[in-house]
Amino acid sequence: MKNFFRRNWLILTTGFVIGVIALALGALGNPGNMGFCVACFLRDIAGSLGLHSSANVQYFRPEIVGILLGSMIAALAFREFRGKAGSSPILRFILGAFVAVGALMFLGCPLRMIIRLGSGDLNALVGLLGFFAGILVGVAFLKKGFTLKRAYEQSRVEGAAFPLAMLVLFILSVSGIFGTFLSSEEGPGSLHAFWAVSLAAGLAVGFLCQRSRMCMAGGLRDVVLFKDFSLISGFAVLFLTILVGSLIMKGSEFSFSFAGQPIAHTDGLWNFLGMALTGWLSILLGGCPLRQLILAGEGNSDSAVTVLGMICGAAFSHNWGLASSAEGPTANGKVAVVVGFAVAVLISVVCTFAKKKEDN
Amino acid sequence: MIDTRGYSCPVPVIMVQKEIKKSSPAELEVLADNRAAVENITRFAANQGYEVSTAADGSDFRLTLSKRQGRK
Repeated sequence: MKNFFRRNWLILTTGFVIGVIALALGALGNPGNMGFCVACFLRDIAGSLGLHSSANVQYFRPEIVGILLGSMIAALAFREFRGKAGSSPILRFILGAFVAVGALMFLGCPLRMIIRLGSGDLNALVGLLGFFAGILVGVAFLKKGFTLKRAYEQSRVEGAAFPLAMLVLFILSVSGIFGTFLSSEEGPGSLHAFWAVSLAAGLAVGFLCQRSRMCMAGGLRDVVLFKDFSLISGFAVLFLTILVGSLIMKGSEFSFSFAGQPIAHTDGLWNFLGMALTGWLSILLGGCPLRQLILAGEGNSDSAVTVLGMICGAAFSHNWGLASSAEGPTANGKVAVVVGFAVAVLISVVCTFAKKKEDN
Repeated sequence: MIDTRGYSCPVPVIMVQKEIKKSSPAELEVLADNRAAVENITRFAANQGYEVSTAADGSDFRLTLSKRQGRK
């Protein structure tokens, strides 16, 4: 046990710090149970750039830029920054887009799922079961030989391009040089902490996650595949931190319940399926949405393309009415998730068996 | 020798896992191109009763897995 703590102190610390920061961001203005949410924040960014026109989810979230740059700084400081790309970029883009579709069906990325769970939202427990089911399917294909093929070395400029481009957009969003970005006046997009606080929070989380390799999909995958509990322990600590923090902050108002939770709906089946899709695709991609941001910060352009896919997927989700709201899922959203599963099956099967053929 | 360079997590560990399952070699060399893969492979190999030494190889890493004496 002592050994476990000594070996995993960094990931345990990361879980604790993310928990504290998520609680703080919630208290400082972020939407309910949304101190952090990669999928929601990318959707807000898509909205702020005018890629979708849902007026209540538009804001250029500095947390995302912070995570990218925090990871980049950590990778540079520890000599891990390397330009890399070439591992099925378009497939990754498509998978990323459907990760967003699944997450917006549930209303949260795997990270927010844990935050919601710790805050007493039992719908997140249903989501977690779905996420786990999706991971089991993804792992089954991994075991059979699924691969998106290898990436190749690229220049450091290529590796730095995406995080730096996001930094430039962020500077434009704050300075308003070309006019202001779209920004919600009501709804979740209007709720946010002061930008410098959000940026600093993102930087800290990005730095720590780069060092600790924090990944929700990877955590469950390592448990299933290698019976290794290192990565998942960070999320256990995150859950406990949020739980204790919520109990202290909400006092007697805290309760575990399905109904009446902030930015959540109670349709169990679609919460389950949305997260199952996200879990499955995260395994194929090699990491959850948070991890994709971290890898993009380390110079991995394949992950940068995945993030772009998530931004586009989020934009489509709102343009075509796929994303759920507190009232529940939409008919279009259900169709999109089913299409997502069809795409998941197709890509999983082809990229598992096409490889075998070449091996022979 | 297993070359895991360029493959995204967790394929490198799976490649090593497959080789160990298949032939249970006394010694195995693995090439990796990122720290996360090195850590994952090291953790996995240690669980399987291997000792791992890692050396830098240009900007890559060369891992040498050798079976610990007196264990499975």
